[in-house]
Amino acid sequence: MKKRWQRRHILEAFVKGLMVISFLVVAGGLGAILWTILANGFPALTWEMVSQVPQGGFYLGKGGGVLNAILGSLYLAGGGTLLALIFSLPIALYLETYLGDSDWGQYVRLSLDVLWGIPTIVYGVFGFTLMLAIGMRASLLAGIIVLSLVELPIMVRAMDEVIRRMPGDLEQAAFALGSTKLEVAIRVVVRQMLPGIITAILLAFGRGIGDAASVLFTAGYTDRLPTSLMQPTASLPLAVFFQLGTPYPVVQQRGYASALILTIIVLIISIGSRLISARLNKYTVK
Amino acid sequence: MNRQVQFEINKTNLETEGRQSRPSVVARNKQNLLARRTFFGVTLLPMILIGVVMIILIVRSWPILIAYSPRDLFLGSTWRPDSGLFGFWPYIMGTFWVTLVGVLLAVPPCLLTALYLSEYSHAFTRSIAKPILDLLAAIPPVVYGVWGLLAVVPFVEGVLAPASKRWLNSIPIFAVNQPTGFSILAGGIVLAVMIAPLIISVVYEILRTVPEDLRHASLAVGATQWQTIRQVVIPRVIPGMVAAIVLAASRALGETMAVLMVVGNVAQVPKSIFDAGYPLPALIANNYGDMMSIPLYDAALLCAALILLIVILVFNILSTLVLQRVLGKNWA
Repeated sequence: MKKRWQRRHILEAFVKGLMVISFLVVAGGLGAILWTILANGFPALTWEMVSQVPQGGFYLGKGGGVLNAILGSLYLAGGGTLLALIFSLPIALYLETYLGDSDWGQYVRLSLDVLWGIPTIVYGVFGFTLMLAIGMRASLLAGIIVLSLVELPIMVRAMDEVIRRMPGDLEQAAFALGSTKLEVAIRVVVRQMLPGIITAILLAFGRGIGDAASVLFTAGYTDRLPTSLMQPTASLPLAVFFQLGTPYPVVQQRGYASALILTIIVLIISIGSRLISARLNKYTVK
Repeated sequence: MNRQVQFEINKTNLETEGRQSRPSVVARNKQNLLARRTFFGVTLLPMILIGVVMIILIVRSWPILIAYSPRDLFLGSTWRPDSGLFGFWPYIMGTFWVTLVGVLLAVPPCLLTALYLSEYSHAFTRSIAKPILDLLAAIPPVVYGVWGLLAVVPFVEGVLAPASKRWLNSIPIFAVNQPTGFSILAGGIVLAVMIAPLIISVVYEILRTVPEDLRHASLAVGATQWQTIRQVVIPRVIPGMVAAIVLAASRALGETMAVLMVVGNVAQVPKSIFDAGYPLPALIANNYGDMMSIPLYDAALLCAALILLIVILVFNILSTLVLQRVLGKNWA
């Protein structure tokens, strides 16, 4: 009896130790990634990098920066997010106010999850095929459209998740006063769930700005600043990729710096969305 | 149509705030009906989109599907588009091995972490774990790729490969046949870190669905916490855990940029985890766009995308159906 008692307690301690180690490994993974990017990117990160477009011979080690890619990425992700939002909000509201937990609602959620799972390279190839069919060239517009497809399921599912946490009483109260479903959706649900909706938008934006595979064929790449929707656009992930692909150490260094810039943007969005939603949450009905 | 609805609402808003005239019930119901139809139309878009992507890929890869027998195409191991040889086997195996290594590496620590967060940790640890997982999930693939290039590839090359050469070289799957660290293993390590946040958060959600009473009952009769976990908690969550892992595998299958940067991209059937591989997404990313002059090349690459899509759809639908059942309303 005594021996058995000891064994299971040793096992308990052992397993608990393993769990703590696993947790530290996962947390350490994040630390290792951030440290690697920071340590390698920081030395090459100069003001020139973020304020100038590539000069002649940039990819051979001459002067310039990646402003074209930074702006291009912001335009692409911004446009994609806006376009996705136009479709996401109605879908999320329809799911909550009209479908609820019905079978149809579950089918729509399933289809969104499936869309979320489709690799972005497939969206990229799909977009490029369509572009060929209608004779369109790689451009900011095409990139925005494909990115909006990538972002749509992420945004709707995130919104759906928060809208489901809506206190039922609030809706019931509005219905009791004679509101139609549309009025409840727009005047009550959207206002009450605004912090969550903003979080969802920023989440999708962060995903969009970091995705390379979908814009590889559709948005193209250029050293100029994007000036029109129909022109090709550079993007940060591709800037990182192309710079690392060159054999020159100086250019590779700049690739690391570009990766650092991208990481900083993504971290700001991720942490910012947390702060914004915490702040806006003060103004909702608890 | 949508804009019109919005406009109408703004108008009614102004009117009610000015307390001039209220829109009639009929008008409001009309608005509601219009919005309902519009929203319904928009809601159909995701389903339509899946169908359209599928159909376009099938139509565009049709020429190669009828020109070659499935045996030549999927089991053929020579890929020379200029001489008309399209064998997907090395790429399929490359995808399979990278995904398998990634999932095998990710699953044990992720399950343990999820168990730790759900069963043992203080609320404080949980409150730091959430942002860590969110940040890990937010890091772009290409940044994972850079990390892989700077840290994982040298680590495999300098530490793991020599160690394996010394002690495990006789086992074919651990044999070191090439000098660089660009390998299936490097791709697997990067993938493992990328899918970790997904596995941990889904498994954590599943563990939360086990009623607290069951744990209390087990603890009350003198079981240790680990005994409780193993005999009470885990048996109830196995389907959900499997679904979470399959979901993560489907995410790993389609990962393009990060894997492409570290896996070596040599079109061969990998025999060891230290061999270089060439997964399907990397094949598409590296070659699509400049293959117009070679006949059927375009169709072959779209066929690669189609294979990827079908495998991922199957994985995804199965795991999502299980998760929807297990998690019910909580599934997000």
